Amino acid sequence: MRIVAYVVRRILQGALVMLVLSIVVFVTIRLTGNPVAGLLQGLSPTKQAIAHLEHALGLDRPLYVQYAAYMWQAVRGNLGQSYSMQVPVTTLIWSRFPATLELALAAIVESILIAVPLGTYAALHRGSTGDLAVRGASLIGISFPNFWLGIMLVLVFSVTWRIFPASGDAGLLSLVLPATTLGLILAGVEMRLVRASVLEVVPQDYVRTARAKGSPPARVLTTHILRNALLSIVTFTGLQFAGLLGGVVIIEDIFAWPGLGQIGLTAVEQRDYPLVQGIVLFFAALLVLVNLLTDLSYLLIDPRIRFE
Amino acid sequence: MAQPAVSPAPAAPAAPNRTHRLRRWLSASVLIGGVVVAVVVVIAALSGLLAPNPNALSLGATLAPPFFQAGAAAGAPLGTDYLGRNVLSLIIAGTPISLEIGLLATTCAATLGTALGLLSGYAGGWVDDVVMRLVDVQLAFPFILMALTFMAVSGPGLAKLIVILILSGWVTYARVVRGETLRLRELLFVESARAVGAPRRRILARHILPNVLPSVLVLAPIDVANNILLSAALTFIGLGIDPSIPSWGGLLANGRIYLNTSWWIATFPGLAIMVTVFGFNLLGDGLRDALDPRSRT
Repeated sequence: MRIVAYVVRRILQGALVMLVLSIVVFVTIRLTGNPVAGLLQGLSPTKQAIAHLEHALGLDRPLYVQYAAYMWQAVRGNLGQSYSMQVPVTTLIWSRFPATLELALAAIVESILIAVPLGTYAALHRGSTGDLAVRGASLIGISFPNFWLGIMLVLVFSVTWRIFPASGDAGLLSLVLPATTLGLILAGVEMRLVRASVLEVVPQDYVRTARAKGSPPARVLTTHILRNALLSIVTFTGLQFAGLLGGVVIIEDIFAWPGLGQIGLTAVEQRDYPLVQGIVLFFAALLVLVNLLTDLSYLLIDPRIRFE
Repeated sequence: MAQPAVSPAPAAPAAPNRTHRLRRWLSASVLIGGVVVAVVVVIAALSGLLAPNPNALSLGATLAPPFFQAGAAAGAPLGTDYLGRNVLSLIIAGTPISLEIGLLATTCAATLGTALGLLSGYAGGWVDDVVMRLVDVQLAFPFILMALTFMAVSGPGLAKLIVILILSGWVTYARVVRGETLRLRELLFVESARAVGAPRRRILARHILPNVLPSVLVLAPIDVANNILLSAALTFIGLGIDPSIPSWGGLLANGRIYLNTSWWIATFPGLAIMVTVFGFNLLGDGLRDALDPRSRT
């Protein structure tokens, strides 16, 4: 029962965050210029044409009326029509979201595959040359500008060696470079965290007990050390999601990956306000959801945790 | 949290020479990070002398490769771009603006975040609630997209870029300072200050602020690194610094077009960003381990 109450409270909190966000997004976009002026750029329209278009799009109404109308539709799953593509925004979002999700998940999996073994090794051999190498590598990883890493990977693997395609989405091969760009940088941050959490667990009594009773080292590592270090690793991966989404936008642009970030950037360039608004809100909802799932995953990992 | 330095029988007896090596590595990281940062600062300060005329065109030597490849142009060790501009000069000319953005945005974000964190932690009640809800909203914010929207609609510009970096950066400071303040306000010396009737402003300024400052200072170099990265990323997609001002992100964006034929134009500015950011990160990392014994390595 407590869990249900907790989840309900978290969803309400998430809704509050979304409400504030929607206002901020709405006001920012409206404050920074008249969308109609942007739409008709270079067409030298008459005053009547502008007024007509404004009326047709409902932009001649007071801001709070526009906002209320938008939100009234938004909560029913209607985010309006895209100005530039004349398609419902939700249709566009759902058609592009799978590609973005695929890229983000691939990056997370890749980063975990790199970070967990290396971080664990570094922690278990603290102070060794390997440990210093891992620490150095992770620091280099977090210092990489993601767009530069992407370009360098293209330079080496597409331009020089022609192994992987430089752009587009044509099967698994084209996923490799964008996912690796994001994954390597994420791994840099994660390695430090894995190392730190394993270091905290290793001196615990239960690890000593397990070793003393003669458990094989591999078993001590998996069931005692890693299982307990997992909690902070999961929390952290959840927290990284916001940063990951930011990276996805830029990486999708570099690799012409047909995801949400790419149409987001195009929408920004074309001043397609309903689409920009829809995508920003969708990303925010995604973050709220991921944060909630992260918290709930604690229950599975550590049964001692109880929510109040 | 285990503290082998204090407890006589440490649970994890790390070999003494290993701990020693680790400590040496950390002081080395402060040293190396400090040297890298110092070099970048000197280059930025002397950029007017080192690269007096970065936009000088040399149409006879366009797209010349760097010095170690055949066909390199004299005086352009890192090659030239499509207008024959010297890539090394452009990188040097782009140094001050990167540093200015990084330092200015960090200083403002740290000041704002520290003030809000102190207030939130010490006052508690509704002030705390409001600040913490702001933090929540900020953390659930698809920030890059929002920054993109804002910059795209209002056009690129230095001041706007810095404001955006401040808005994204203050949260970390506010959370850390609030946590520290919550801890400090219950300690005896703060209580005695309260008991003798010191006003709240004085307690915050004289007793709490000096004690939270080390945590703030430790966060700052890493924040500078992040701000340099974020501003370069926004400039790279054409929404940060005005393209007419030489900047690392802008150079990289130009170089990307010539990637198939002239790899050096995109490669070296990126390297400049990476080395600078690495220097700040290394410095921050070493400082944190030296100043904050709780984040043991």
